[in-house]
Amino acid sequence: MSKELRIIGFLCNWCSYGGADTAGVGRFTQPTDLRIVRLPCSGRIDPLFVLKTLTGGADGVLVSGCHPRDCHYSEGNFYARRRLEMVKRFLPVIGIDPGRFEYTWVSASEGQRWQTVVRGFTEQIHALGPIQRFGKDAAATAAQLAASHA
Amino acid sequence: MPILDELKAAIAKRLPELDVVIGWGKGFDALHHTPVFITSEADLDKLELGPLSVQNLATYLTRYPKTKKIGVVVKGCDSRSVVQLLQEKLINRENVVVFGFPCEGVVDLEKVKRALEGQGMEIARVSEATFQGERCTLTTGGKAGSLPMADLWADKCNRCQYHDAVMSDEFVGQRLDRKAEDAYADVAAFEAKPLAERQAFWQEQMSRCIRCYACRNACPLCVCRDQCIAQTREPNWVSQRTGVEEKFMFQMIHASHLAGRCTECGECERACPVGIPILLLKRKNNKEVLELFDYRAGIDPEAKPPLLAFKVEEEKINERGW
Repeated sequence: MSKELRIIGFLCNWCSYGGADTAGVGRFTQPTDLRIVRLPCSGRIDPLFVLKTLTGGADGVLVSGCHPRDCHYSEGNFYARRRLEMVKRFLPVIGIDPGRFEYTWVSASEGQRWQTVVRGFTEQIHALGPIQRFGKDAAATAAQLAASHA
Repeated sequence: MPILDELKAAIAKRLPELDVVIGWGKGFDALHHTPVFITSEADLDKLELGPLSVQNLATYLTRYPKTKKIGVVVKGCDSRSVVQLLQEKLINRENVVVFGFPCEGVVDLEKVKRALEGQGMEIARVSEATFQGERCTLTTGGKAGSLPMADLWADKCNRCQYHDAVMSDEFVGQRLDRKAEDAYADVAAFEAKPLAERQAFWQEQMSRCIRCYACRNACPLCVCRDQCIAQTREPNWVSQRTGVEEKFMFQMIHASHLAGRCTECGECERACPVGIPILLLKRKNNKEVLELFDYRAGIDPEAKPPLLAFKVEEEKINERGW
């Protein structure tokens, strides 16, 4: 894969963080673009985390929690699901490709699935390329990118 | 009896039991109405009503302690804000008396300004304004000019579905029972543009923002006031820097916090001193809420805002789709 991009993953402590750990213990190789932020529950995720991260320069945001019905706090991810779907649908209007943000569910035992998710999402972000930072001059960014690739 | 007199009579009837009634009165010039706060019968003469009664007075309801008994005059769109405030228990039903009337619409003063400039007249010099049926007559420097009302209605009025208040304790005048279509065509048209163009659009628009927060203060549903996260230092969501990112971040906060709650009264956009079309962001969210949850904010006082609820099986969320 080409030059590493910056992807932020917000993971719930009870399932997905464990799932990522299981993937590590199982030695499933995965791309290294993802930086993980561990949260108590996917219900803790304020939609603004996603917006701030994307406008702050991250190329992609991945949110992963427990499967619906499996939430450690019973209903955290149910609320999260509605909010996250709203953010995803909000992105196009501010000029950000909705493909830069995905949310999914991975349980602690699904190391294999975690590998698939990370690979799939990283590929998706690489296909989209580096993000055009809001508030930064488009031409300057393009020149900068060209220089960094040269 | 003209509607204004009917309204005065209705307010006079309820005034003894109320601490204050909020309505519109004459503003600083012929083209502005300003909120008036009526506490006695004598104040009733200050009341005005018409296409210049633009402000959403529901904004003031949450400025008072919940125990105060307040009357408020509302247009159709404003009444939705009241309903939404009731839904969220931000006001007490027993302590609020809503005066509704059939609203024909309000004028967009930006449009008046542009139309006048087209005729070589200045909006600041308008000394008299009368609205009659299809036309509006404006006098500047002794010279009278006439404009078709169709060009002056605010955008929200052209797509209005609630001319009559959706909820009222006292309703004066004849109900209009008129309903326009609103298929969110403006949002769809904007989203038909390429992504980069959309981003460039906001970048250009937001570069004018002066961070006065007038949009927030005019919003009837922005109730955090002194706890607004845009002004906290811990967490520092929006820094003191003046970059376009910070300004836009605030608009995203505003839009996110209103998702599923915004009643599209358009006060944010009207209050904006530099004319940034921020209602578009909120309409985008509303469009999605309507599609996902079949829900419009501020219609039913008993309903629950969709983002404060969930279903175990969501019918319209394709969560495993990618």
